[in-house]
Amino acid sequence: MATQLADPEAKSTVAPEAVVVRFAGDSGDGMQLTGGQFTLSSALAGNDFATFPDFPAEIRAPQGTLFGVSAFQINFGSTSIDTAGDAPDVLVAMNPAALKTNVGALKPGGLIIADTGEFTKRNLEKAKYDVSPLEDGSLAKWQVLAFDISALTLESVKPFGLGNKEALRCKNMWTLGLALWMFDRDRAPLIDWLNAKFAKNKVLADANVAALNAGHAYGETAELGGHVKKLHLGPVPTPAGLYRTITGADAVALGLVAGAQLAHLPMFFGGYPITPASSILHALVRLKEFGVTTFQAEDEIAAICAAIGASYAGQLGVTSSSGPGIALKGEAMGLAVMTELPLVIVNSQRGGPSTGLPTKTEQSDLYQAVYGRNGDAPIPVVSARSPSDAFECAIEACRIAVQYMTPVILLTDGYIANAAEPWQVPDPATFKEFPVTFLAEKNAGDTLLPYKRDGKGTRPWIKPGTPGLMHRIGGIEKAVDTGHLDYSPANHQAQTDARKAKVDGIAQSIPDQDVCLGAPGGKLAVVGWGSTYGPIHQAVGRARAKGMDVSHIHVRHIWPMPQNLGELLKGYDKVLVPEMNTGQFKTVLRDQFLVDARPLTKTSGQPFTIAEIEAAIEGALA
Amino acid sequence: MNAITPITTTLKDWETDQEVRWCPGCGDYAILKAVQRTLPELGADPANTVFVSGIGCSSRFPYYVESYGFHTIHGRAPAFATGIKLANPQLDVWLVTGDGDGMSIGGNHTMHVLRRNLDCQILLFNNEIYGLTKGQYSPTSRQGTTSPTTPLGSVDRPASPCAFALGAGARFIARGFDVSKELPNVLKAAYHHKGAAFVEIFQNCIVYNKDVFNDFAAPKGAEDRQLWLANGEPMLFAKGTQGIALDTEKLTLKVVDVIDGDWQAAGVIVHDVTNRSIAHMLVEMPFGPFPMALGVLYDDPRPTFEAAVMAEREKAAAGKEPNLAKLLAKGQTWTVTEGGPEL
Ligand code: SF4
Repeated sequence: MATQLADPEAKSTVAPEAVVVRFAGDSGDGMQLTGGQFTLSSALAGNDFATFPDFPAEIRAPQGTLFGVSAFQINFGSTSIDTAGDAPDVLVAMNPAALKTNVGALKPGGLIIADTGEFTKRNLEKAKYDVSPLEDGSLAKWQVLAFDISALTLESVKPFGLGNKEALRCKNMWTLGLALWMFDRDRAPLIDWLNAKFAKNKVLADANVAALNAGHAYGETAELGGHVKKLHLGPVPTPAGLYRTITGADAVALGLVAGAQLAHLPMFFGGYPITPASSILHALVRLKEFGVTTFQAEDEIAAICAAIGASYAGQLGVTSSSGPGIALKGEAMGLAVMTELPLVIVNSQRGGPSTGLPTKTEQSDLYQAVYGRNGDAPIPVVSARSPSDAFECAIEACRIAVQYMTPVILLTDGYIANAAEPWQVPDPATFKEFPVTFLAEKNAGDTLLPYKRDGKGTRPWIKPGTPGLMHRIGGIEKAVDTGHLDYSPANHQAQTDARKAKVDGIAQSIPDQDVCLGAPGGKLAVVGWGSTYGPIHQAVGRARAKGMDVSHIHVRHIWPMPQNLGELLKGYDKVLVPEMNTGQFKTVLRDQFLVDARPLTKTSGQPFTIAEIEAAIEGALA
Repeated sequence: MNAITPITTTLKDWETDQEVRWCPGCGDYAILKAVQRTLPELGADPANTVFVSGIGCSSRFPYYVESYGFHTIHGRAPAFATGIKLANPQLDVWLVTGDGDGMSIGGNHTMHVLRRNLDCQILLFNNEIYGLTKGQYSPTSRQGTTSPTTPLGSVDRPASPCAFALGAGARFIARGFDVSKELPNVLKAAYHHKGAAFVEIFQNCIVYNKDVFNDFAAPKGAEDRQLWLANGEPMLFAKGTQGIALDTEKLTLKVVDVIDGDWQAAGVIVHDVTNRSIAHMLVEMPFGPFPMALGVLYDDPRPTFEAAVMAEREKAAAGKEPNLAKLLAKGQTWTVTEGGPEL
C-alpha cells in the first residue's frame, strides 16, 4: 500500500497492491462525476475498491473558496479493499483551495497533480495563500506535477467551438483521461458512457471525448518530468458472477423493495427532503411498478405518520431521514410501538447535534435509536456496515417489522449512503420469504381480540376494510387482549413487560454473533458497528499479521443484540470499541454485559483511518 | 365518500360497547349522535369506515363509533389519514379534530391535507378552548378570553378555521353546531363531496367555555342570528325579513331589509356553492354586524389527491414488469469469470 507511486528515480515497474487517489476541485468542477467514472473503470479492470465522496454542504459554494472544495477518494487495487484508504498516494488538485484543504492528507512522497491555470492571484487569495505553493518550496516533501490543464483542455476542445465556460467544463474529462493513462485503463467504456450521457448534444459528447483522449495522450507522449509511470494493477481474485457498483442509498432502496416483496406487501414510503437521506426517496420514486407508493410529506412528522397510516391500512410503511428528522419523528415512533404496527425507519446518520455537519458522516445517533423516545418504547435497531451490507440489512429490517409487528430502525450513515463499492448481484431466488397473513376472522371464538399475542408476543395485523373486525387502536395504553383503553396499574405493568419481552425475543430470530477476523477469545476484541467495518477489519488484519492477539467483531443487530454476544466478549481480556461518536455503543455494551469496553472515538466528520485503529490496538496490547 | 353499495344499518350498529367519557352536557355527545344517526342514512359500511383523530376531547370520538378507528397523536391525524387513504382508497375516512389539534399543533397538516384534496371528511370541533388540558385558551379563543394561561384575558387574535381552510385550497367548506338539527344534513353534504370536505362544528365545552356560542346558537332569537345557506336559495334570515346582498361599490357583503318578501328587489344573493369569491366573503363575514353563516358555504369538487397518485403510479408502472432480479442487476455491470472481468 505504501508503495511510492511517484518515484523520482522512477524506474521500478513493480506495481503496488493498492493505490489511493483523491480528486479534489471546486464544487463546480465535476469531481464527483470524475471519481464515479474512475470507479467504474476500476471495476472493469477487476480491481476491488472503496470510495469516499466528500462534498460541501453548500450547493453552489462561491468558486475557488476553501469551503467550496469537493473531493472524491478512491482506494483500488489487486487485493481486497475495505476502506477508501487512509492517505492518498495521488492528489489531483484542480485549484489552490483544493490543494490547501487536501494536501495535508497526502502521503509523504505522494504525487500532486495541479492545474497551474487555476493558480491565479485571485484564486490564491481565495485559498488564503500569500505566494503560490507551487513556487515557494512548501510542497517539497511531495512530488509535484504542475501544468496548465485548463489551457490544454481548451486547446483540445477548440474544434468544437464551445464557449470558454463550457469548454473549461471538459477539464474533468481531461483529468480523467490522464488518470486512465496512469493506471493503464481502457478508455472505450468511458467513451461509450460519454456518448450516451450527451446523446442529445453531439457537440458536447465529442468535446468531452476529445478532452478525455487528450488527457490520455498527454500522459502517453508528454514529458512528465520523469515523475510518473504507467501502473497496471491486476484484477483481484473474486468469485465469478455478475457485479455492479452500488452506493448505500441505492442498496437501502433496493433492499426495501426486496423486503416488501418477500413480505408479499406493497410498500409505502413517506419522506421529507434531508441530506443525506433524500437519495433513498429519489431512488424509490422510480420504482412504482414494484408496488411502491412514495409520498413527499409536508414535514418529517407527516412523513412517518403517513407511513404508519399506510401500515395500519395493510401496506409496509417506511420512512427515512437523518438525525434532525428522526428527532421530529420520535413521538410517532412511540405510537407505532404502542399500536404495534410494522414500520421501517431508516436513519442515514450525519454529524450532529442540531444541523451539525449535514454532508459529513458520524455514528452519533445510536443513543437516539436505542433510547431516544419517551416512555419505555423498545425498538429493534439494525445497522449496516457497508453499501452492499445495507441491502441485506434493509431486508432484515422489513422481516423483523412484519414478523413482530414493530417499528424497526435501520442505521446507515452519510459515508455508507454515498460511498460506492462493487457488489455481486444476488439472485432473488435465494432470498427467504416471510409472507404476511392478515387476520381474516375473529380470533377468540365470536370475539375479536386485537391485542391477543402469539407465541412471539406479536399481535395480529388487522386491515380496515375487513368485515366484522372493526376495532379501535391508539396511543393510550391498551388493555391486554381487547386493546380497549386501560389506565389500570396492573395492565400498564403487563403491557410494558409484554412490549419489552416481544422486542427482547427478537434475539431468538437473529444469528449468533460471529468473529469476522481472529478467534473467539484472546487478548483483545475490537468491536465495531456500522461503517467503521472497513478500517477496523484492515487494522486488525495488519495487527494480526504482526503477530498480535486481536480479533474483529462487527455487530449488525444493535438492539436486541445477539444472544451469545455477552459470553463472546467475556472471552477477551480487553474490548476496544472504535466509533464515530463519543462512545455510545461502548456504553450500551457496558450496560448490557458489564464488560469493560474501552472507547476509541472520532467525531471529525471523517471516517477512521486504518492507522488510527492500528495505533489503538497497539496501545491496548502494549 | 366512495361509490359503494349502500349497507343497511341502524344507529345502534354504530355504537361501541365503550363507556363514553366526555363531561356530562358536553357538546360532543350531540355531535356523536348526529354522526351515528347520519351514517345509516348514508348507507355507510362500518367495515369500510375509518375514523381517525388526533389528541383532545374531540379526538376520543373514534372509540365510540363502531367502525375502524385510529386515535393518533396530537395534530397529525391528517397525515395518518393520507397514508391510510393512499394505501387503500376504497376506505371511507373521517377525520375528527379540534381547534387546538387542527388549528394549532396540527395547522400545518390541516393545510396540506386540504391543499392536496385527500378524499375525506374533516370534522373540526371548535370549542374555542383546550378542554382536555383543563381550559387554556386556544387559537380560536376570542380576544380577552380568560383562562389559566391568560388570567388577564388573551391578547392574540383568533384564527378563523373556515377562512384558513379556504385559503389552504379547500373545495368544500361547511359550518354547523353541536345541537343543531341541521347538522346531519351538513354531514351528508360533506360525505357526498368527493375530496377533502371541511366542516367546522361549534361545540359547547360546558366545563371550560360554557355557552360561548349562545350569541348565535341559543334557540331564542336564532332566526335573527343564523344564516342557513342552501344552494340555489336566496341568503335570507330573520324569517325572510333580512338578507345578504353584495355591496358592489366596496366589494363586500351587506345586510339588507326585505320588504314584503321581495328579496329580488332588495338585491339578496342567491347562494351558489361553487362561487369561490362569495365563499371568501362568507367565511370572513363577521358575526355581530352579520348573522353567523351556517350550512354549506362552498362546494366545488376537484380531482382528489389519491386518484392522482394512483393514476400516476399506474402510468409509471404501465408496461414495466416488476422483475426484482432485473432491477438488482440494473446499471453498469460486469461479469467476473475465471479469466477476469469483462463488460
Ligand atoms: S372538557 Fe369540555 S370539551 Fe372536553 S369533554 Fe368536558 S365539556 Fe367536553
